Amino acid sequence: MNELYSTRNNNLIDPYVHVWGWEIPVYLFLGGFVAGMMMISGYFIFKGRYKEEKCSCHYLPVISIIALSLGMFALFLDIEYKVHVWRFYTTFQVTSPMSWGSWILILVYPALIIMLLINPNYFLKEKIPYVKKINEFFSKHPYLVKNIGIGNMILGGMLGIYTGILLSSLVARPLWNSSILGMLFLISGLSSAAAFVHMIAKDRYERELLAKADNGFLIIELFIFLLFFIGLFTATQVHIDAANLLLNGPYAPVFWVFVIGLGIIIPLIIQSLAVNHKIQHTALAPILVILGGLFLRFVIVEAGQYSTWITTTLAK
Amino acid sequence: MNSLSRRKFLKISSATVVTAAALTGTLNTIVKSADKINQKQEKGIRKIPTYCDICFWKCGAIAYVKDGKLWKVEGNPLDPLSEGRLCPRGTGGVGAHYDKDRLKSPLIRKSHRGEEKWIEVTWDEAIDYIAEKMKKIKTNYGPEAVALFSHGIGGNFFKHTLKAYGSPNISAPSFAQCRGPRDVGFRLTFGEDVSSPERTDIRNSKCLVLIGSHLGENMHNTQVQEFAEVIEKDASIIVVDPRYSIAASKAKYYLPIKPGTDLALILAWMNVIVNENLYDKEFVENYGFGFEQFASEIQQYTPEWAYPETTIQPDVIRATAREMALHKPATLIHPGRHVTWYGDDAQRSRAIAMLNALMGNWGRKGGFYYPQSMDVVGYPYPEYPKSERGKVDNPDNKYPFAHETITTGIREATLTGNPYPVKGWLVYATNLLQALPNEEETIKAIQNLDLMVVVDVIPSEIAGWADVVLPESIYLERHDDLNVEWFRDPFIAIRQPIVDPPNDQKPNWWMAKKLAEKLDLGHYFPWKNIDEYLENRVTNSGYDYNELKTKGIIRGEKQPIYFDEGVPIEFPTPTGKVEFYSLQLAQAGFDPIPKYLKPKEGPPGYFRLLYGRAPVHSFSRTQTNPVLMDMMDENEVWVNTDVAERYGLENGKYVRLKNQDDVVSNKIKVRVTERIRTDCVYMVHGFGHRSRALSSAYLKGASDAQLITKYEVDPLMGGTAMNVNFVTFEAEV
Amino acid sequence: MARYAMVIDTKKCVGCMDCVVACKTENNVPEGFNRDWINFESVGKFPELHMEIRSERCNHCENPPCVHCCPTGASHVSNLGEIVLVHHDLCTGCKACLASCPYDARFINPEGYADKCTFCSQRVEKGMNPACVSVCPTHCMYFGDLDDRQSEVSKLLTSRKYKTLIPEAGTKPHVYYLI
Repeated sequence: MNELYSTRNNNLIDPYVHVWGWEIPVYLFLGGFVAGMMMISGYFIFKGRYKEEKCSCHYLPVISIIALSLGMFALFLDIEYKVHVWRFYTTFQVTSPMSWGSWILILVYPALIIMLLINPNYFLKEKIPYVKKINEFFSKHPYLVKNIGIGNMILGGMLGIYTGILLSSLVARPLWNSSILGMLFLISGLSSAAAFVHMIAKDRYERELLAKADNGFLIIELFIFLLFFIGLFTATQVHIDAANLLLNGPYAPVFWVFVIGLGIIIPLIIQSLAVNHKIQHTALAPILVILGGLFLRFVIVEAGQYSTWITTTLAK
Repeated sequence: MNSLSRRKFLKISSATVVTAAALTGTLNTIVKSADKINQKQEKGIRKIPTYCDICFWKCGAIAYVKDGKLWKVEGNPLDPLSEGRLCPRGTGGVGAHYDKDRLKSPLIRKSHRGEEKWIEVTWDEAIDYIAEKMKKIKTNYGPEAVALFSHGIGGNFFKHTLKAYGSPNISAPSFAQCRGPRDVGFRLTFGEDVSSPERTDIRNSKCLVLIGSHLGENMHNTQVQEFAEVIEKDASIIVVDPRYSIAASKAKYYLPIKPGTDLALILAWMNVIVNENLYDKEFVENYGFGFEQFASEIQQYTPEWAYPETTIQPDVIRATAREMALHKPATLIHPGRHVTWYGDDAQRSRAIAMLNALMGNWGRKGGFYYPQSMDVVGYPYPEYPKSERGKVDNPDNKYPFAHETITTGIREATLTGNPYPVKGWLVYATNLLQALPNEEETIKAIQNLDLMVVVDVIPSEIAGWADVVLPESIYLERHDDLNVEWFRDPFIAIRQPIVDPPNDQKPNWWMAKKLAEKLDLGHYFPWKNIDEYLENRVTNSGYDYNELKTKGIIRGEKQPIYFDEGVPIEFPTPTGKVEFYSLQLAQAGFDPIPKYLKPKEGPPGYFRLLYGRAPVHSFSRTQTNPVLMDMMDENEVWVNTDVAERYGLENGKYVRLKNQDDVVSNKIKVRVTERIRTDCVYMVHGFGHRSRALSSAYLKGASDAQLITKYEVDPLMGGTAMNVNFVTFEAEV
Repeated sequence: MARYAMVIDTKKCVGCMDCVVACKTENNVPEGFNRDWINFESVGKFPELHMEIRSERCNHCENPPCVHCCPTGASHVSNLGEIVLVHHDLCTGCKACLASCPYDARFINPEGYADKCTFCSQRVEKGMNPACVSVCPTHCMYFGDLDDRQSEVSKLLTSRKYKTLIPEAGTKPHVYYLI
């Protein structure tokens, strides 16, 4: 029997690391959510749907700006030395995903605003003269607009993947030692965004398309989970222990019920039936998917901090 | 025109009086603030040497002041005890200065004893009160009716005052509640004490045997440093302990002995060593007395006999006995420090002394050396008055081998009035409620007193029961008597203030002198201040006072400490030899050779309560030191894993302990561990404070002292064995 | 440039916490926080037990994840023997470094910045040892330059068996435990 008795009792570190509470999962979720919305609206712009009145790409940027700002605010609440927040922007540390993220976020805002300006709403067009000018400029350059769409898809992809790499670059947490975390968060963000847009889209075509897309994303997400766990189970003991935290440990109930069950499988079933016109589309599946995405971030962030490389290693 | 109406005059004069008073008051504040301002303006680092007072080892220290504020304390490299490195408590000594729970001004109790309700008074008022009461007691009951309980070098001046007053009843708990039995055991065998610091030549031992001694948790600096030295030299270490202590983890042989049976093991060891002819024949032949009787008596104590008593396998007993003999005379069986365990303690210590004698290590390298001290003259005082009645603690010499005053004997006399009533207690720097067993008896005794005075640094439990509480400044804020140490390397050390006390605290010498003056005994303190006293002693002994003040320590010439360096081979016993058979014990009706007594068992479902030390705390006196409490702010009860499972105890959860007399402790955190036997539990002494004024320590952890209601009195010397209480677990609601 | 390291003899260490107290008073570490601590690791069933006692702190790794993940450059490898330090004025308190340290050696100072053992850089600059090494009563702690073959630490590492903590995390720690 191994006993480890420590005299240390540091706040946020003991008895196990819990430096990030609700702020970071919320931020990661909103980041992924916005990433998904950027990719979707970027795709629609790329496909030229921006010419349609009802295209969701007209109001998704506004929602994204609001969601991202809420996420950034949550991030701001989390940091312990708030007066130094501007220090993120006095340097670029190439080895730090968080530094990458700070700068990506700086680019995301202008990207969203540009998307907004491609076909802004009536209020902005009429009230602010510059907006009208820029809008006219865009209408004359369809290829530029296409590229803007592609750019947003790429930037959205980077944003989504960064939220995962942020965690997977932190050596000390075995649960996060998987480069597939980036894909997981991206896909989860896409599926949350797709579910959301499906729910609020004015255009019927878009609603149907996004429901189907969401189903696809959910299936891919399940596959990525599989790869994620295979990766952990074929690594070292601490990684196996970390994986077990989710599968049959203290985080198993939340993981299986809220992330997998209610977050992926049930909505997948409901949406598949709906897409095949067996049942009506309701807001139930999208809400479950969005909540599932939120729960996923919470579980990964919390369980990740609980997982550790420290084992009692003394041999007799 | 001087037609001041009467009223106006009065008005003016009262105004003048008021203004004058206000002005003087303001002046005082201005002067005090000026002091503080001066302190604040001080820049840079100032170093002043002193010696530590967190425990009784008195390591030489150097205190640092940075920009006028006390910064840290380090060891004095000149000090042979610490060799420049303090233990964790000394290193955390600054916390005692910043302790917010400190006593701030003299207090006189407002209502009943123990209610902890006080009025703040001036020093004159407090000491006048004490002197008046002491004079009354002297008239009505005689000066012997005032007793002094004192612990530490700070008590020296109070002892002086009390001796001048005419009382011989001066005692420290260190005898009957701590190391008394081992000094008695060694005196009966070798004719000499073990002394403090122990005269154990650990650093040169090749085989070190620790029976219950938990060096590393017991943080007596020099002992731990030397222990580490022999670990590095790969000495053979044998540890006998019901708990797998830190020391046990360093041992070559760990013997998980059943508590209470150590004497059986020692006798069996001696049996093996005698029968296999492994003892130092030359030493025994030249210096031993009564060896034949001893050798024949020891025959019954075979390892096979000892096995069911101790649960130590016979072959392990043999192997360890042989291991000891292999390295003799550099084999040291450590006499321990706090040895008031089971009631057979003096005889058990005598057995340890005899075992050491078999190793022939007395006066030899790796065994016991002869400590030396420097020649320092005392201050010339008038003679003390002689007491007709003598001491009160040991009536009819009931404990014939008690060579120091028995604290619990004084308590007994206070309770019963026999052989004569004790009416006043002066308590200096010892928390009697945590130090003496059975606190109910202590409280009952206090109720019989006309005068109860406590001098302390923090509002300890015993201070709560006083009539008058006198706040002392801590060691970093005051002078004390010279430390003239008995050690391998003789030296003298000075204690001098580094910073001012934050409130109205005073040093012990000032209080003792003031009290003497008010008792009309001022001629016993002919020096004006402590500086004069210290300088007088130092210069009259031929040393440089300024050198002492600057360096903190003056070291003496190296003296011989071993027989082969020239120490005369003398044993001040009745026979002049090392007594394997003690005639004086036989004549007094005791066993001339130690006999094993089976320890009494506890009730079923109860576990023997063992207690010990933590390296970051000293007894019950450091639990408001913010630095040390940051290290450890509560104690835990160690419970064996299997026992914990059986009783549903979870690691880190809280439980209450109930003892055999139904006393229930404060809640204490459970530490489930493999590192202890299944028949006992263990906790660190000094926690579970119940004095509300100790706000940072109040009800943190549990008090072992509270659970020690039962105690066995050693028949030879009156020591109070305290490891005889048993506890069970009570759920914490 | 020098490479500072610490070597600790677990055989002599008694876990007395002198190193913790000395660090506290030397560096004014805020109450409730430890830059260094003691770990008692024991194995076996009573009484067949074995215990290792370790004084632990930031390992000032050669491949420090806390430096790699810092977004503002606050956490950096200094020029003083490659001691890993934090620029307080650059730190935002994002806690990535806390999460990235496999040894859980960092904490957030009540003022807001990430804090940890600094190998007492203010003492090392003046040629002294860190406070913990200087105070240890069992003399079980050593500090010095790994690049100096004659330094005590280098000699100990060639003459005694040693281990580092969690070597598989790839951090290349600079605190070595003699076992």
